[in-house]
Amino acid sequence: MDVQTPQLHFEPGEREPELIHFRAKSRDWASCLFTGLTGLATWLILGMLGVILVNILVNGWTGLSWRFIISNSDQDMFDVNKAGVLPMIVGTAARVILMTLFVIPVGVTTAIYLTEYARTTSLLTRIIRGAVNNLAGVPSIVFGLFGLGFFILFVGGLMDRSVLGGGPEPRWGKPAILWASLTLAVMTLPVVIVATEESLKAIPQGLREASLALGATKLQTILQIVLPQAMPGIMTGGILSVSRAAGEVAPILFTGAAYYMASYPKALTDQFMDLGYHVFILSTQSPNIEQTRPILYATVVVLLLLTFALNFVAILIRTRMRKQMRALH
Amino acid sequence: MGGSLPFSASAGNITAKGSDTMVILAQKWAELYMQKNPDNKIQVTGGGSGTGFAALQNKTTDLANASRPIKPKEVSACIKAFGKRPTEYKVALDGLSVYVNNESAIGELTLDQLDGIFTGKIRNWKEVGGGDAPITIYSRENSSGTYEFFKEHVLKGKDFAASAQTMPGTAAVLQAVAKDKNGIGYGGAAYGEGAKHLKVKKDETSPGVEPIADNIANQSYPIWRYLYIYVNPDLDKAEIGAYLKWIRSDEGQKVVEQVGYFPLPKNWRSGS
Amino acid sequence: MAESRQTSGRSHGWMGLRRGHQARPLEWLGEKAILGVSLSAILMVFLIFLFVARESLPVLLGLADSGVYHEPVSLEEMARMPRGELADYLDLSAAEMERMDEATLKLLMEVKAEEIAAAPEDKDARINTVSWPYLLLPHQWTGYDKPEFIWQPVSAIHKYNVVPLFIGSLKATLVALLFAVPLSLAAAIYVSQLAAPRTRELLKPAIEMLAGIPSVVLGFFALIVLATVLQNTFGYQSRLNALVAGIALGFAIIPVVFSIAEDALTSVPRSYTQAALALGASKWQAAWKVVLPAAIPGVFAAVVLGFGRAIGETMIVLMASGNASIVSWNILDSTRTITATIAAELAETVVGGHHYRMLFLLGTLLFAVTFASNLVADLIIHRLKARLEGKA
Repeated sequence: MDVQTPQLHFEPGEREPELIHFRAKSRDWASCLFTGLTGLATWLILGMLGVILVNILVNGWTGLSWRFIISNSDQDMFDVNKAGVLPMIVGTAARVILMTLFVIPVGVTTAIYLTEYARTTSLLTRIIRGAVNNLAGVPSIVFGLFGLGFFILFVGGLMDRSVLGGGPEPRWGKPAILWASLTLAVMTLPVVIVATEESLKAIPQGLREASLALGATKLQTILQIVLPQAMPGIMTGGILSVSRAAGEVAPILFTGAAYYMASYPKALTDQFMDLGYHVFILSTQSPNIEQTRPILYATVVVLLLLTFALNFVAILIRTRMRKQMRALH
Repeated sequence: MGGSLPFSASAGNITAKGSDTMVILAQKWAELYMQKNPDNKIQVTGGGSGTGFAALQNKTTDLANASRPIKPKEVSACIKAFGKRPTEYKVALDGLSVYVNNESAIGELTLDQLDGIFTGKIRNWKEVGGGDAPITIYSRENSSGTYEFFKEHVLKGKDFAASAQTMPGTAAVLQAVAKDKNGIGYGGAAYGEGAKHLKVKKDETSPGVEPIADNIANQSYPIWRYLYIYVNPDLDKAEIGAYLKWIRSDEGQKVVEQVGYFPLPKNWRSGS
Repeated sequence: MAESRQTSGRSHGWMGLRRGHQARPLEWLGEKAILGVSLSAILMVFLIFLFVARESLPVLLGLADSGVYHEPVSLEEMARMPRGELADYLDLSAAEMERMDEATLKLLMEVKAEEIAAAPEDKDARINTVSWPYLLLPHQWTGYDKPEFIWQPVSAIHKYNVVPLFIGSLKATLVALLFAVPLSLAAAIYVSQLAAPRTRELLKPAIEMLAGIPSVVLGFFALIVLATVLQNTFGYQSRLNALVAGIALGFAIIPVVFSIAEDALTSVPRSYTQAALALGASKWQAAWKVVLPAAIPGVFAAVVLGFGRAIGETMIVLMASGNASIVSWNILDSTRTITATIAAELAETVVGGHHYRMLFLLGTLLFAVTFASNLVADLIIHRLKARLEGKA
């Protein structure tokens, strides 16, 4: 958030001419105009971002209290004085942590293959990259359908029919935190792959060659030399995927989010309450929207703080990593 | 059935799923009942009446809360799943109000006029005695029991006008009408502030009836419905049976009033 | 570019060195496992398509029937009916039919008779509304004055015309593109070509911060704040409409369009700009007349990806578009999009029913559209990079 606020007060007109004078040799009016316009567009985007954030923070701050964060909605989730978001925070945290357990091993392994093993020109590599890019562009609601069709009905159905099932009532073939996490893991796979790849590429080739020259095998080199060096990048990927997944609602609509639950999820097959879904419920289904506005805004602030803090940390790590990389090459 | 299996729904664990209209009511029932019977654990989720029936078929819930009666299709799905018709319990009454903006000149409408407005035949307020302004219709998502009830009873099965905006909840309808001078919408009579509740006339000659508690309880207000709970008859015993009985007792019906719905007539309640 | 050339060079060096250090048997297995896991992305794309399409297959192939009228069959006739026909009549699959005992079948017959008795007398009752003509062409339904495109899945006659939803999605997406593309392209030119390096370091992550706002929060903002502000400013009739949803969608795609366009512009070799400046051009002229033309395929790819993202976005349109399924190109009318329809209706449907299958069909179409736009964008970027590399 620190990054945006100063830009709100920035006057576009002040600096543009300076830039022109400093850079350009010819001073035709078209250059001045268009540079000004493009600059204006840039600051306009940031201004609107600022307006959104300021509106949410100003309105949300009043409703936000320690009690709101650490209490649950046992009484009434629409009661301004009693409602709390702890169950939603717990639910959201549980589903993203569970997700990282699936997505990080798979994502990192794929990135290792792409940077350390694959020939950049081979058809297979190009197909894998194409698939990763495509996965990044699949609409989130389609992931929701996929989660329902594949994880719940197919995988869950199979498990119910096997020894894991619990008799006539489906145990696995219904919405659950496990399926929501798996669906999100598929969705955020590209995030982890791209971030890890970037960090693997940043590691100087000399390190690998030195390791090999000392008689290590390739896998040893990767596991003991390359991976430890790539840790910041893997962390960035993990954090970015968590931040992306934490705010997603569409993929969990049919795969595990609950409108209301009296207890916390305790098993992989339980449903959960979720911050983002709760924002949706509060803004569309509260019995009295004016009265519940403070808790709505406060819930949005909690969700935003969570995703932005994660994003911010990831960007910090990445910027530092990029600088290191530049220094090394 | 699952009794011999260690991980089937354990004793005293009851799940109820369905109508969003009934979530808060069901939750209050559950809380009060759990206070009195600490061995029982009752979990309530919403999603809509259809969701509840789907879950009943899939056996992912014990009780299906519904703000409309079950449809033959859903009955046959249940029969396919567990070989029996689900048992129906009427558990409360609910009135549906028609809301207009507070500034609107309209105070009452007949059922026919409502039919005309919501199907899109009447498009201007002046056709029903208001000012010259186009009518904006606010409706609910087709997954809601309220939507189906209104369509069934006021529109007599006809389609809503395509131009009707669909809102995800009654509150959203109310808020939209509160902000729109030319808006009209519908929703639970218990929801209230922000917009005017119209009086409704059965026909041209009958008097307009206000959607207030007494008129709904004695059924003189024409747009009302039952709220239901459906259960697999195999499960309707022990803890679940006791819970259902308690809901329909005087004590359970007191909760109905607190939440803003209307209790069952005395002779329909279960003696407890 | 230099970076990717280096990558390919390095990769071969890696391969060459590998020959000297044979992997041990266990490691060989490990390396195969790595290859196996890395195929998961391909597998997932394949599974997504397979399992979303699978649920919609009966509709796609015209095998589903949503007609609501059947001749009632009495219990006496039931005994004489062939099992297959009876199964059809009762909507039972062959496997389900196997499991049914006589009592359950009787019960089903009873319910079916009730259903038929309750069905309205309607000239449209025999129509299979999930067949292609009714999905795509207008039809004059009972109670309507003229042929119309109607999406009314919960109705006595289930009407599944997808045209209003496609128009709704396209309308919201177009507004989003009109709003977001000029802004993000201008910002991309400014940030990559005109801004001082230090400002640039700050601007890029700041704009990309926009991507960190969850779409449900943008939807909330559009619903609670933006809709009111816009209506008060322009004074139009319906508060929630394609304009409000489109602008909020625009916020969601600005970071996408900006990042990719900025990448494309930055990947044009510095020497192009330097040459232009040396010839006496201003910074703006160099950016507009030299760099932008060289990067134009990348800019196009950015727009294509923005389109894919906007058409697939769910929560924003669900909350801010008003969701009325009307055929109208007026952006001030409320609209219902494909994604919002899936999100709002799926939870209610019976698994395997025609409404459920129709929503999966919408999902399949959505997947196909975004798959195509991703593929196009991917190919364009790939070519552009190759070309710029070759020239550099």
